[in-house]
Amino acid sequence: METSPTTRETPLAAVHTELGATMTDFAGWRMPLRYTSEREEHQAVRTRAGLFDLSHMGEVTVLGPEAAPALDAALIGDISGLAVGRARYTMICAEDGGVLDDLIVYRTGGNEYLVVANAANTDVVVHALTERAAGYDAEVRDDRERYALIAVQGPAAAGIVAEVCDAELEALRYYAAVPATVLGRAVLLARTGYTGEDGFELFCAPGDAEALWRGLLERGAGAGLVPAGLSCRDTLRLEAGMPLYGHELNRSTTPFDAGLGRTVRFDKAGGGVDFVGRAALERIAAEGPGRALVGLRTSGRRVPRAGYAVLDPATGEPVGEVTSGAPSPTLGEPIAMAYVPPAMSHPDTVVAIDVRGRPEEARVVPLPFYQRRR
Amino acid sequence: MSNPPHLKYSKEHEWVSLGDGDTVTVGITKHAADALGDVVHVELPSVGDTVSAGETCGELESTKSVSDLYSPVSGEVVEVNAEVQENPGLVNEGPFTEGWLFRVRVSDDAGTAELLSAEEYTAFAEG
Repeated sequence: METSPTTRETPLAAVHTELGATMTDFAGWRMPLRYTSEREEHQAVRTRAGLFDLSHMGEVTVLGPEAAPALDAALIGDISGLAVGRARYTMICAEDGGVLDDLIVYRTGGNEYLVVANAANTDVVVHALTERAAGYDAEVRDDRERYALIAVQGPAAAGIVAEVCDAELEALRYYAAVPATVLGRAVLLARTGYTGEDGFELFCAPGDAEALWRGLLERGAGAGLVPAGLSCRDTLRLEAGMPLYGHELNRSTTPFDAGLGRTVRFDKAGGGVDFVGRAALERIAAEGPGRALVGLRTSGRRVPRAGYAVLDPATGEPVGEVTSGAPSPTLGEPIAMAYVPPAMSHPDTVVAIDVRGRPEEARVVPLPFYQRRR
Repeated sequence: MSNPPHLKYSKEHEWVSLGDGDTVTVGITKHAADALGDVVHVELPSVGDTVSAGETCGELESTKSVSDLYSPVSGEVVEVNAEVQENPGLVNEGPFTEGWLFRVRVSDDAGTAELLSAEEYTAFAEG
């Protein structure tokens, strides 16, 4: 496969080659797609644990006395209401309410936040945050070069990480983060992830990534920890009903379309802040979105894929579009997420999907498709 | 990766076993199976169907994507691999052996002259 000269490699590139990974170009990065079989990796994360290289994700630090009000004005979420050590899933929207990116914001200090953006959108996020923070006593720092990111995900993740870190994991709640030492290396240890399982994300110095990766694999092997690639990450997040930018979310999608209206906080702790997109989003909240994101299951074996038309089964007319689809390794049947008219979004509604010229019957089901037992 | 020398290959990454009279066996190469990832569903032509060299005759569905299956030869389908329809993972486990896909009674103008040798195919696939 040819790589463009602009394709970047993570600090773990040599390790992936050594492990025999099938690599792919993703958002300008050369990333591992799978190491062995994507279904085995998927099952490992569901039943034991998987180790992911997520160093392509973009980190932006926002710090200063007015970091919180700056982020309140820049993002749709309630950032000033976030306690130190906690994290929040939020989005950055345009004036018209369209999503520029979905983000996780960690409050790492009284006046300091770590904003994690999707690889493909990091430039957009850095630019928008810098512009939106201009009137505030806050600094926006592009910290992509300062971090590598490794995730340990799965039911065995807590046991594996507990053995190699100095933090009290019992006290580390879901969507919380704490500075910690793992295998002798300083990390920001976050209990977050994108797989539907319990797990941890370790933000570390790029120079520490290889030692952490190797150490975790070695120490976690007994508990079934295996390296896991982007391919299984996609089926894991799809089963968990989590949106992916470029699929469920994009510039012409609002949070309300995607069923994520709860992330839009008109009532921020910081007071009556005017945030970018507020007026448009208030209008959409009042009127209701024009379409709805739903889960679909088919009983056939042909898989609905992103971009396929959803059809009205009565007329055969296109009424919506599949945003993601895959054979679900956990459910053993094809699953998909799709945008449909609100009237067709109720569970058990039957629709059709144009699977390469042949309609396949599909049933609307509640999201997520899979939820771990807690 | 080693492509068995007794087989012929197409640029669409199928292999054909020639030399068993006028009936040949068709499958996809290991290179193709590896690129697809875990195959979860195969749609094969039916026995009695006429297939044409270079034209689509089925689909291979994997976790990641779906690909058209092309017939590397022209003729009549005389057998399909029922086991691979039951257990599509056989395509990954043994693309040149138990993961074979269908058998064709080739016509006089079967298009076999266009096929590549193992050496030529290896150079093509790795090129």
